[in-house]
Amino acid sequence: MADRGSQAQIRGLGSAKEGAAHWWAQRLTAVALVPLVLWFVISIIMLAGSGYGAVYHWMGSPFVSVLMILLIGAGFHHAQLGVQVIIEDYVHTGWLKITCVALVKFAAVTLALASAFAVLMIAFGE
Amino acid sequence: MTTDNRPLSPHLQVYKPQITSILSILHRATGFALAVGTLLFVWWLISAAAGPQTYAVVEGFLSSWIGTLLLIGWSFAVFYHLCNGIRHLFWDAGRGFEIETVTRSGLIVVVAAVVLTVVAWIAASYMRGAL
Repeated sequence: MADRGSQAQIRGLGSAKEGAAHWWAQRLTAVALVPLVLWFVISIIMLAGSGYGAVYHWMGSPFVSVLMILLIGAGFHHAQLGVQVIIEDYVHTGWLKITCVALVKFAAVTLALASAFAVLMIAFGE
Repeated sequence: MTTDNRPLSPHLQVYKPQITSILSILHRATGFALAVGTLLFVWWLISAAAGPQTYAVVEGFLSSWIGTLLLIGWSFAVFYHLCNGIRHLFWDAGRGFEIETVTRSGLIVVVAAVVLTVVAWIAASYMRGAL
């Protein structure tokens, strides 16, 4: 094969041998999210109806801030890995698929950073 | 070698709906709903950092009927995706593949998700002093 290095031939020919890292990251974040999500849901229930001051004070404690940032990191990483697989399954036009996956990854990083920054603002403002 | 005409997933329409397939697609649907729902989470966090006036807007939206409906749907999505995610982790460990076990664990997940959602809302209403 004279031109076996050409991109046209490589495209769509199967595994790029990078699936394991994606799969493993999705499982690791899933395991981390089990306690983090339970903690978050229980905390939100405890805060129900308590108003701005209580939420602000709760979020500002070092323990809560750190857990919130862990939740944000693991949650957005897990979410974008999952949405990537959905896009790869349902969007079959090459350029559109890559564009969607890229946009989802940019959005996830931006939203995660904005969330973590909000938590830190509260933590350092307390 | 042409790759244009290969069959592509998913071919859901050729399968008879079963508890296994329905719960599988529900896992994906709730996961996607949660990913979109993070926008609400981010809005809530940024508003909390911005101050009480900004926070009051989010609080107002979340206590409106549409906000409450979204939160109920989102809380069910959280509990379903959490419970079924644990079911997936068991499969990843190579356990629970027998047909009867898969059906039973699926039913347990659905019941657990519904019960947890109801318990969470009763608890939240109690904390609000509405009960």
